[in-house]
Amino acid sequence: MVEVTDVVCSLCGCVCDNIVVEVEDNKVVKVKRGACSVGKSKLLGHERIKSPAIRENGELKECSYDEAIKKAAEILYKSRRPLLYGWSSTVCEADREGVELAEDIGGVVDNTASVCHGPSVLAIQDVGLPGCTLGQIKNRADLIIYWGSNPAQAHANHMKRYSYVSKGYWTSEGKKGKKLIVVDVRKTMTAKMADVFVQVKQGKDFQVFSAIRTMLRGHEDVVPDEVGGVPKEQLLEVASMMKEAKFGMIFFGMGVTHTGARHNNIVNAIQTTRAGHLYGKWTIMPMRGHYNVTGFNQVCCWQTGFPYSVDLSRGYPWYNPGETSSTDLLARGDCDAAMIIASDPGAHFPGAALRHLAKIPTIQIDPFANPTTEFADVVIPAAISGIESAGGVYRMDNVPLRLRKIIETDYYIPDEEIVKRIHAEVRALRGKEGE
Amino acid sequence: MADGELLIKNGVVYDPINGVNGEKKDICIRDGKVVESVTNPKVIDAEGRVVMPGGVDIHAHIAGAKVNAGRTMRPEDERKGVEAKTKVCRAQSGYSVPNTFATGYRYARMGYTFVMEAAMPPLLARHTHEEMIDIPILDNAAMPLIDNNWMTMEYVKSGDTDLLAAYIAWMIKATKGYGVKVVNPGGTEAWGWGKNCNLNDTVPYFDVTPAEIIKGLAEATEKFEMPHSIHVHGNMLGHPGNFETTMDTYDVVKGIKPYRDRPTMHATHTQFHSYGGTRWGDFESKAGAIADYVNKNNHVSIDLGSVILGDTTTMTADGPMEYSLYQITGRKWTNHDVELETGSGITPFLYSAKVSVHTIQWAIGQELALLIKDPWKLCLTTDHPNAGPFIGYPIIISHLMSKKRRDESAESMHKAIFDRAELPSIDREYDLNEIAIITRGMAAKTLGLHEHGKGHLGVGADADVAIYDMTPEERDAGNIQKAFLNTKYTIKSGEIVVKDGEVVAAPPGRTIFVTPECDDKLMDEMLVTLKDKFDKYYSVTFNNYPVQDAYLPNPYEIKAPWRSS
Repeated sequence: MVEVTDVVCSLCGCVCDNIVVEVEDNKVVKVKRGACSVGKSKLLGHERIKSPAIRENGELKECSYDEAIKKAAEILYKSRRPLLYGWSSTVCEADREGVELAEDIGGVVDNTASVCHGPSVLAIQDVGLPGCTLGQIKNRADLIIYWGSNPAQAHANHMKRYSYVSKGYWTSEGKKGKKLIVVDVRKTMTAKMADVFVQVKQGKDFQVFSAIRTMLRGHEDVVPDEVGGVPKEQLLEVASMMKEAKFGMIFFGMGVTHTGARHNNIVNAIQTTRAGHLYGKWTIMPMRGHYNVTGFNQVCCWQTGFPYSVDLSRGYPWYNPGETSSTDLLARGDCDAAMIIASDPGAHFPGAALRHLAKIPTIQIDPFANPTTEFADVVIPAAISGIESAGGVYRMDNVPLRLRKIIETDYYIPDEEIVKRIHAEVRALRGKEGE
Repeated sequence: MADGELLIKNGVVYDPINGVNGEKKDICIRDGKVVESVTNPKVIDAEGRVVMPGGVDIHAHIAGAKVNAGRTMRPEDERKGVEAKTKVCRAQSGYSVPNTFATGYRYARMGYTFVMEAAMPPLLARHTHEEMIDIPILDNAAMPLIDNNWMTMEYVKSGDTDLLAAYIAWMIKATKGYGVKVVNPGGTEAWGWGKNCNLNDTVPYFDVTPAEIIKGLAEATEKFEMPHSIHVHGNMLGHPGNFETTMDTYDVVKGIKPYRDRPTMHATHTQFHSYGGTRWGDFESKAGAIADYVNKNNHVSIDLGSVILGDTTTMTADGPMEYSLYQITGRKWTNHDVELETGSGITPFLYSAKVSVHTIQWAIGQELALLIKDPWKLCLTTDHPNAGPFIGYPIIISHLMSKKRRDESAESMHKAIFDRAELPSIDREYDLNEIAIITRGMAAKTLGLHEHGKGHLGVGADADVAIYDMTPEERDAGNIQKAFLNTKYTIKSGEIVVKDGEVVAAPPGRTIFVTPECDDKLMDEMLVTLKDKFDKYYSVTFNNYPVQDAYLPNPYEIKAPWRSS
């Protein structure tokens, strides 16, 4: 039995890096500390895709890695408009290979941000993002707001490690010295911990941000008695808490990015943060979901100039979410092949997009079976990043960390190598054509 | 590195480090290095064109967290520079914040072969290195920010210079960095609370002053045989009347003995620190006062941070400065404070010839170059992309070389240039030797890279060569600018990477890093305090912090031993 310390978790955007596990016979047998229950479950392992497979007559037939990779390359090579989607639950090394492959075959490369925090990126492009690293919150924040996000269930270690419950330099008393405000449409587990719970009507976040911002700017007299289902007194209470804070933080989640005014909600959230700056230090951060959704956006941006939804069919990068985003492309029936890696559109894309995805040749690369597997034509199992292979990831606050390899696999291949080998096969096919 | 031999003949060579000033001279290359002679070389006939060592940029923001935050925030800038992939090149984008590939290609086309990334937040160092892997052709290095760090301030306060030196050594090793970068010392920590500091203010909660931080870091740096001095972006950048703070900052390190004959402080983007007046309304150039100081003293080297007119993306670890700038323009603003270490801010900015302040800023950068008598005291930069993108270097070169060009430009600018700047009254013109000094020789020497093959063409040097499509007699500013934008040839480690302005090969560059060597006992004592910081205050563990070797596929190490005396 060997104890491994400083294990970096490859589950959610928290990327906890203080995990201690026990390894015996090349298997994680115990998670001693650091991980939340979901992270623990991933580390201990569960059902895998057993073998590469190619669909024949409606059934997936097991095959070798070589055969599956060749088949995948043929699909991409023949395609006139391939979509390469996913990339958020794998490492940056794989993402770099993916962007290069997309550029070489003139595809569209896009990650899960497209259906998650894509609207947040649009907002950042409008007004910027006054943020900080999570350690800054841990050491300084005396007022924390979770808006449209429920970390107690979705990012289980977030409050303990980085925010409300953590202890730091100026926050040595932990939550005793801090205030927590939760804004949500229902009383979530996180909301139950809050000093103030603001229950906003579904889709009315924009109005509530506007009201608070108006109050911070000194015009509370124009705010009506009730905004978005929230009484004015409570809004005044929130505004006054914000004014008194020395260091405030707004964490926001899917509850704001995909309701009502969508990206305009986030623009308003950021403008509210800026207004907070008239009184103290204010910062804001999206609660990113997958452990490396942030990393793909980084890689894609330094390689193409744009963070996601990049169409490379012209030879140069073309970015226009709404036109070049995966769900829109698919719903329009634009793509004639897709490679899905480290994600599950089968469970998350809207019906119209899925119907087209199910029709076109689809390659799936993933350690685990999921609804996408049900219609994938080529399935290539991957090593689990952070357990069976190492690589770089970016935490939700853009802090880069390196996942460790804790056990060996003599069978599964890392994503990075799978993408590289597919690319090599595509080049070989092109070479043959040239002859 | 290319195998085989190359001979560049009939070139007119400017190699100031070796005292070669416009001599017709052959350059022999074998296996990526300059050699005495060759036997069976491939021959490039330079036909009387200007030949210089590969350019060395001492200060630019080309890779890492804030550069990419700039790209993310500005799709409109990315769209400006799109170019399709070629057989050799990856697709390109961006103007003031180009993608990594464009950064490599465009510098190479200007004849540059080394660029220093000027500010690496230590906690985010992996990011900087990941981007540098994707910058083709250029050799590179990065300077970690070590001035607003809690450890630094605590050791400065207690006066433990040796322990501070041990901390510096650990940080530079952990980040695979090059030297000590200072950005608004104390001010960026204060910005964690929305505040700022001037040189002699007390940093909130830490009971030290920025002046003490600078002095402590300079003393600690000189404990090692560091190739480069501390690299300082001082307090009050961009504020009217800051020139006095600037000179007071220079005074702080006066008397500290450097380990070899180089300055004890490199003061960067000096244009932003040479301002007179009390507010924007009476803003004026104080380049004369700064130049006078630099002329009279030898303990400071500078780079220009010269302005290129037009739109750009400003970005710096000076968080409070970016906030002030955003308050002026009302444009979008990104900020990213980094726990226990530093911060950063990013905001777009338009330098307009119609605005008096911008016109004076534009003049100041060039005034510094023209009023400092000895070109061996300064390097050409735009603090890319802060005062303008690096792609504008040829514009500055053409202005420095031509009084006529300067007069023509001034004619179409805000009239303030005639009463609140000196530039129109300066007649000096740079010659090609002086241009070679400020674009390669001096930068390489200041960084100590001349001892590692950069910035010159002596036997044993890296075979990095730029051949510009102009003769030494060329006087037309337009032609000069054109020649410096796209080389006839750029050769990197003996391989032709640019021919007739086109990138023809894009090999990976090397990352140069420094290893300061420190006594184990001292290191262990420092680590007790540092590990406590990780246990209590960092959000990552001590063991996950250092940059792994995987992030430097092409490393080049420079050892910096502890000085015995």
